[in-house]
Amino acid sequence: MSMHDESGGATQILAGLLQARTGQVISSGRYWRVETSLKPVLAEYCIPDIDTLVAALLGADNDDLVQSCVEAMLNNESYFFRDTAMFTMIRTQVMPVLQKARADSRRLRIWCAGCSTGQEAYSLAMQFADDRQKWAGWDIEIVGTDISNSVLERARSGRYNQFEIQRGLSVARMLRYFRQDGEDWEINSDIRAMVKFRTDNITRPSGNMGQFDLILCRNVLLYFAPETRHMAFSRLARSLGSDGYLMLGAAETVIGQTTSFNACREIRGVYTLQDATRTDRPVLDTNWPFAQES
Amino acid sequence: MKTCLVVDDSKVIRKVARHILETLDFNVEEAADGREALDHCSNQLPDVVLLDWNMPVMSGMDFLTALRRSENGEKPKVVFCTTENGLGHIQAAIDAGADEYVMKPFDRETLESKLQIVGAA
Ligand SMILES: C[S@@+](CC[C@H](N)C(=O)[O-])C[C@H]1O[C@@H](n2cnc3c(N)ncnc32)[C@H](O)[C@@H]1O
Repeated sequence: MSMHDESGGATQILAGLLQARTGQVISSGRYWRVETSLKPVLAEYCIPDIDTLVAALLGADNDDLVQSCVEAMLNNESYFFRDTAMFTMIRTQVMPVLQKARADSRRLRIWCAGCSTGQEAYSLAMQFADDRQKWAGWDIEIVGTDISNSVLERARSGRYNQFEIQRGLSVARMLRYFRQDGEDWEINSDIRAMVKFRTDNITRPSGNMGQFDLILCRNVLLYFAPETRHMAFSRLARSLGSDGYLMLGAAETVIGQTTSFNACREIRGVYTLQDATRTDRPVLDTNWPFAQES
Repeated sequence: MKTCLVVDDSKVIRKVARHILETLDFNVEEAADGREALDHCSNQLPDVVLLDWNMPVMSGMDFLTALRRSENGEKPKVVFCTTENGLGHIQAAIDAGADEYVMKPFDRETLESKLQIVGAA
């Protein structure tokens, strides 16, 4: 394979690698970002430039390097209570319905797919903690997944720097749920214990995580190619309980993207399974013996 | 259009804050210390006060205490914006009636998100 046949050839290969591994598409107009985002990887592996990096990627035994490149190219932007209105809606409209529907089991399972550094999952956990009395005796499980191990490591640490902690989080919640440690702020252990983080690629056909009552997949599918997005929607559909809810980012929609979901009639900005999907799709439960994904 | 009073003894900080606030559609007033800020407020109460802590003549804390005691002084939202980043200072500010707290250095996102939280942006 020739890597130098056109300018930007190396960047194109790197963008191709990202798409193959994650589904994320970088349009050629944004190729300039690739080189910038890979600078830390070049420094870490003492590689002089992008062309040498691509040559190294094509060699054998380079799983670590591939993973580092992929993770560096992903957009991991996140902040607490992103799109505040959505969190308010979850609290005031979605949760009351689910609390009624699950009154017998008193169990709720929530999935943040593409959770990045954890702000979204912890925002939900804090909201439940704000309503502690309402949820007394409930078993609430929040699972955050991402394809990038480096963001998950940061999510698990529950540590945020000064810029991260101030973005979207009220000072009242910061004082209530974090403790200051030097320049950073660390989330309290009881909030951290409400969230489990694990690696998962949303474009894989199945996970072994069972079914959820609410799935948040926000600002993840935006940059997928249509067919990959369609696959991801199928995966989300199979992971949602028949009366569960899906929520996307403020700028995203299912309309024209998938036949698995409908806009919910009762709550705006929330999606439910298509009736056909509800009955036809295979029933999964928590004990389903899925083969572990690599 | 909402009014924000920026109270800071640093001209540079006032300029940066003004720039950000104007892009967020605020009408911006400035004061260089707590005393000037109180004078401003006795003429016309702003919707929001962005307040530094350490200033000559009158500190941010003294301004806040005086403001909250004055007629209608509970109305403006007060967002501290200071390099005093320790837990003790933050707690003291909230106890004295501040609505939000921005630890310097700050960027546009931080300021915008804090103004949203107090319902001003
Ligand atoms: C922009 S962040 C959004 C984080 C959070 N959901 C929010 O809205 O604030 C998108 C995240 O999706 C992750 N991601 C991208 N492709 C993925 C895939 N195929 N499977 C799982 N996660 C993926 C990225 O690593 C990144 O952390």
